[in-house]
Amino acid sequence: MHSSSPSSPAVGSGLRALSIAAAAVMAVALGLVFFYAPLDADQGFLQKIFYLHVPLAIVALCGFVAGGLMAIMYLRTREARWDMRSYVAIHMSLIFAVATLITGSIWARGSWGRWWAWNEPTLVSFLIVFLLYATYQPLRFAIEDPERQARYASVFAITAAAFVPMNFIAVRLSTAYLHPRVLGSTSNLPPRMAFTFVISLLAVALLYATLCSCELAAKRARAQLRTLRRLADARAGAGADAGGQSRRTRSETPPMPAAGTLAAPAPRGGL
Amino acid sequence: MRRTVAALLRKELLIELRSWQSVPGMSLFALTTFVVFHFALNRSSVDGDLAAGILWVTLLFAAILGVNRLFVADAEEGGFDGFLLAPVDRGALLLAKALALLLYLVLLELVAVPAFALLLLGPTLAGTLPSLVGVLALGDLGVAVIGTLVAALAVRTRARDLLGPLLALPLFVPIVIAGARASSPLLAPRGGDPAARWLATLGLYDLLFGLIAYALFDFLLED
Amino acid sequence: MPTALLGALPALPLHEAGKYVAAAYVVAFAVVLIYVAIMAVRLSHIQRELGELSRRERAAAGRQPDSTGESQLP
Repeated sequence: MHSSSPSSPAVGSGLRALSIAAAAVMAVALGLVFFYAPLDADQGFLQKIFYLHVPLAIVALCGFVAGGLMAIMYLRTREARWDMRSYVAIHMSLIFAVATLITGSIWARGSWGRWWAWNEPTLVSFLIVFLLYATYQPLRFAIEDPERQARYASVFAITAAAFVPMNFIAVRLSTAYLHPRVLGSTSNLPPRMAFTFVISLLAVALLYATLCSCELAAKRARAQLRTLRRLADARAGAGADAGGQSRRTRSETPPMPAAGTLAAPAPRGGL
Repeated sequence: MRRTVAALLRKELLIELRSWQSVPGMSLFALTTFVVFHFALNRSSVDGDLAAGILWVTLLFAAILGVNRLFVADAEEGGFDGFLLAPVDRGALLLAKALALLLYLVLLELVAVPAFALLLLGPTLAGTLPSLVGVLALGDLGVAVIGTLVAALAVRTRARDLLGPLLALPLFVPIVIAGARASSPLLAPRGGDPAARWLATLGLYDLLFGLIAYALFDFLLED
Repeated sequence: MPTALLGALPALPLHEAGKYVAAAYVVAFAVVLIYVAIMAVRLSHIQRELGELSRRERAAAGRQPDSTGESQLP
């Protein structure tokens, strides 16, 4: 039913390699940002936010679109693991999106003296996309049946992924002819800046991948634990009448509707 | 396909004719909102950007009322089960529902636009009405398609009254952008023409969302 | 050494832009840190449940009428 394949050790070592790579590239990227990349001609030191904000935004958007592609895979194969991947990709992108919005706001404050700039189409589109995706989890956890939950969440993920580029075009149209582009033009960067940017992008992408695999590993572990507990409960129930002694029934964990999927609304720790 | 859609649409309109659940509520909501805008803005007449914004926001919020009711009867009275038992294309339901919603929106605007012109709008609509009708029609098409998809997505969840608007509003934003920008010169003191690119944006958005809704609607109707 | 590193920073204007850059990087770091903290809490939940489950299983194994004492884990 769920993808608790016996590949846990491989997952563990892959995760370790991934996190080491992410940390290393992140350190290199930070070094490049502050010691290698030249100061921007008109933005000056403030432009250093660019190496953080723009990779965060790109990775978050790619994560949203990837979540949509995985949702397509779910609707094609009906394998719960694709739904879980889609969920994790969107969940993590939401976290990155929060960081993008805050760093963008700080940049706007430093650059224009205001915390929000409506004339910056990328930032505004990003907010709209964020507001749409913020309803993903409420939608998910408002559906009890795990199969329908996965199906409806997939339909949402595909719709929203298609909405991302359309929304960007529409918002860009609404401002393009009024204001010059300020942020995120990577085409005419000096080579040292471009190199730093690419490494930063790689670092943020690796961080995203690492956190996604962490989340997936945690989800798998929890699902396996739940299965194990159900098995143990069943055996304890079968053996109870033979023993006849006061068995310590741990009834504080109600049986989940279906283990392995994301059926139950997480009572705690849900972001 | 065409006969199925016609039958479903007839059923939909018959229900509306017998119960009057959607259109009167939407129209009344729009009228009340104009009154609220008058007091909230402390203006007795508006034009240009402000007029376009008020008109589109009011129409969208009224549309959301209709969107929220669109599938409720099917979910509660077993309409989905009955439809699924019939050997017909499931896309027919999408088309019928979207057409019904489109019709409700047109009826809503037959009330709301004259009321807006009477109550709030400063400049006269005489010369620009045909263009405004065109812009509104393009917007309605998108609202109907997105509204139907969102209504189907939200109706069988625990918090459908909340999720419907929350899902719909961000998806409506491109329609608001294009629709309000296109109708702003039409509502200006010296009426102008809507920029062609806004009409193109509206049309393209309608088309793309129509395709998406058609491709995905079946998956919402499997049980 | 740290002062040499700081000196290598290209014209650090800490009075104006520096605080915004610092704020942005700190915020991004904090967001990731909060996420990691939440993951740690979840991991500790998993660990606790796992410990409980294994304790129960061990107790059950000890109570089995056919199981002998020496098969128990320490």
